[in-house]
Amino acid sequence: MMIPTSEAPAGAAEQLQNIGEATGVFNLTWLMIALPLFGALVLLCGGKRTDSWGHILGCLTVLGSFLIGAIQFLTLLGKDADERAYNQHLYDWLDSGNLQLGVGFQVDQLSICFVLLITFVGFLIHLYSVEYMAHDLRRRRFFGYLNLFISAMLLLVLADSYLLLFVGWEGVGLASYLLIGFWQHVPDYATAAKKAFVMNRVGDIGLLVAMFFMFDQFGSLAFDEVFEAVPGASDGWVTAIGLMLLLGAVGKSAQFPLQAWLLDAMAGPTPVSALIHAATMVTAGVYLIVRSAPIYNLSDTAQLVVAIVGAITLVIGALIGTAKDDIKKALAASTMSQIGYMVLAAGLGPAGYAFAIFHLLTHGFFKAGLFLSAGSVMHGMHDDTDMRRYGALRAAMPITYACFGLGFLAIIGIPPFAGFWSKDKIIEAAFNDNIALGLCALIGAGITAFYMSRVMIMTFFSDKRWDSGVHPHESPKLMTLPLIVLAGGAVLGGGLLINDGIVTWLEPVVGHEEAHHRMPVWALTALTLFVIVVGVAAALKMYQFSPVARTQPQGGVLVHAARHDLYQDTVNEAVLMRPGQWATRFLVWLDHRGLDNLVNGLAALLGGTAGRLRRVQAGFVRSYALTMFGGAALTVLAVLVVRL
Amino acid sequence: MNPANYLYLSALLFTIGAAGVLMRRNAIIVFMCVELMLNAANLTFVTFARQHGNLEGQIIALFVMVVAAAEVVVGLAIIVTMQRTRRSASVDDAHLLKY
Repeated sequence: MMIPTSEAPAGAAEQLQNIGEATGVFNLTWLMIALPLFGALVLLCGGKRTDSWGHILGCLTVLGSFLIGAIQFLTLLGKDADERAYNQHLYDWLDSGNLQLGVGFQVDQLSICFVLLITFVGFLIHLYSVEYMAHDLRRRRFFGYLNLFISAMLLLVLADSYLLLFVGWEGVGLASYLLIGFWQHVPDYATAAKKAFVMNRVGDIGLLVAMFFMFDQFGSLAFDEVFEAVPGASDGWVTAIGLMLLLGAVGKSAQFPLQAWLLDAMAGPTPVSALIHAATMVTAGVYLIVRSAPIYNLSDTAQLVVAIVGAITLVIGALIGTAKDDIKKALAASTMSQIGYMVLAAGLGPAGYAFAIFHLLTHGFFKAGLFLSAGSVMHGMHDDTDMRRYGALRAAMPITYACFGLGFLAIIGIPPFAGFWSKDKIIEAAFNDNIALGLCALIGAGITAFYMSRVMIMTFFSDKRWDSGVHPHESPKLMTLPLIVLAGGAVLGGGLLINDGIVTWLEPVVGHEEAHHRMPVWALTALTLFVIVVGVAAALKMYQFSPVARTQPQGGVLVHAARHDLYQDTVNEAVLMRPGQWATRFLVWLDHRGLDNLVNGLAALLGGTAGRLRRVQAGFVRSYALTMFGGAALTVLAVLVVRL
Repeated sequence: MNPANYLYLSALLFTIGAAGVLMRRNAIIVFMCVELMLNAANLTFVTFARQHGNLEGQIIALFVMVVAAAEVVVGLAIIVTMQRTRRSASVDDAHLLKY
């Protein structure tokens, strides 16, 4: 496959695959989005009447969407490679001057992957939540929000234009905000929700500006028209669009420098962390970049920036993960780091797109599994999230232990589990592209092995550190069942790579480029495994063979930095928040002292003048008469002067 | 007779009226002075009507007389009421309507 370059713009256009009219089961695409939306409407507007059966409806709508998606996927499997994209045009949305846009959905090899991930993992998490939220008085509302999220996320990945994608993009942002702040009676949680919302808006500006640029340059926002027109645009514009799209992706996917919200987002209930802040929503940025492949393919600069952002984030996330004692925050840092891998892969161009999606899918499974297992642990530990008060839980909750263990083996990249295949491919592709990026990815793998082993050991191994009143127990079946299924995905996910399955599958959408190897594959794999073993060994030494303190030890400068998210909040506060506050204070001062004084002064001037003038109304008729005569005389005089 | 003489007379009457309005305190005198001014104006109208040989001035003079008659009725009523309630016909005493 040829990489389109600026010298051969014609070649790039030919690379786009044909998109057929939707027929048969593809006409039901709208229903996939409408079902969860309907569920959300019923649950959120239905009031208390829906309390008793609301969670069941919530699960069923998502299951329905999954079934439609699965049938579509099977139908696509049976077709030829160049007949796997369908577009369903629903209705004309905007018809205003040059901007003509319809609401339509595009089912192709890329979006169907996401549909399956979202609806399948989403369904499992809905099931899990039934039990997890059983004692929450607002469980019905929780399911309403989850349904809303699924609907918006499906809209995001199925949209056939950037504008419709943006609608879904904002929808998932809203659902994320509502769910992070689900327990909004805790002020910290409400603040976390606001933080996530505000930081996401920063990214949204990037996406909006990218759309403005596209409309200005290409006169359209539909995917096919934009991608067709991209080769004709100048390099500068393409790079600008690419960078603005990246800003959008960075906000949504918690990448550097907008990553600070993700750790606080763990304030939401654990199923939310698993679904939104691990498996699906935060990967929307990766989807955006991969979907915009024809734009990035034409700009080396934008691609390089994407890869660098990914590499920085994967190291930052891994470093933060090493020092967190809160099990959910450790996993959140890991999510940040893993998405860094995906973004890095997406920044490598056609050589990496397929691997980014591959890692996204496997990560969706094992990270959702890890989060749900963590939720199961919390469930048995009275909602305590501090790993320093866990320890030796494997006997008390064997199923959770087994599922978490499989997810753990997958994420650190032990063969033959899913993470090994997907992460190894990314490291390999990064090395082929650039030594520095490759080294970042390699080091990240080592740190990942360390911090995940730390979580594993502190939770399930080492010695008991529970409080006396805590009696750890295994979670009910409805919670362990999704765990087992997700763990199965973590074990078998690597199967997608058999015969280059996923690479060939995605090739019509994102293209593919055979790698030119800088070093032999087996050597790189061996090196990666060695780094991983070193990471695990270090964790074993520090946490298994030496006692873990029940309270947080002092720690050195680096540990301190990692505990505070590498001071990203401090930097944001110093660079953005404080100057912002100063600016507002100055403006308020200007408003009070300047504008208000101006207006009040004018009023006082008029009032004062009037107060003096009214003294003329003395009540003496003769003085009025004198004024009249004077006035009349003046008038006559004036008329005479003008006449003469 | 020279029409200018009528105009001189009219100006004289008007001045006497204006001075009376401004200087006298008794409401009835002030009122009479107002009438004097009105009639000075009437004299001017009639003089010019005669001079230019057209009737409009004479008609206006008639109108002014009608209005003046109406005004006398209202004005005298006010003055009488004032005299009854305040026991005074001085215009300077009626100065309550002010700022």
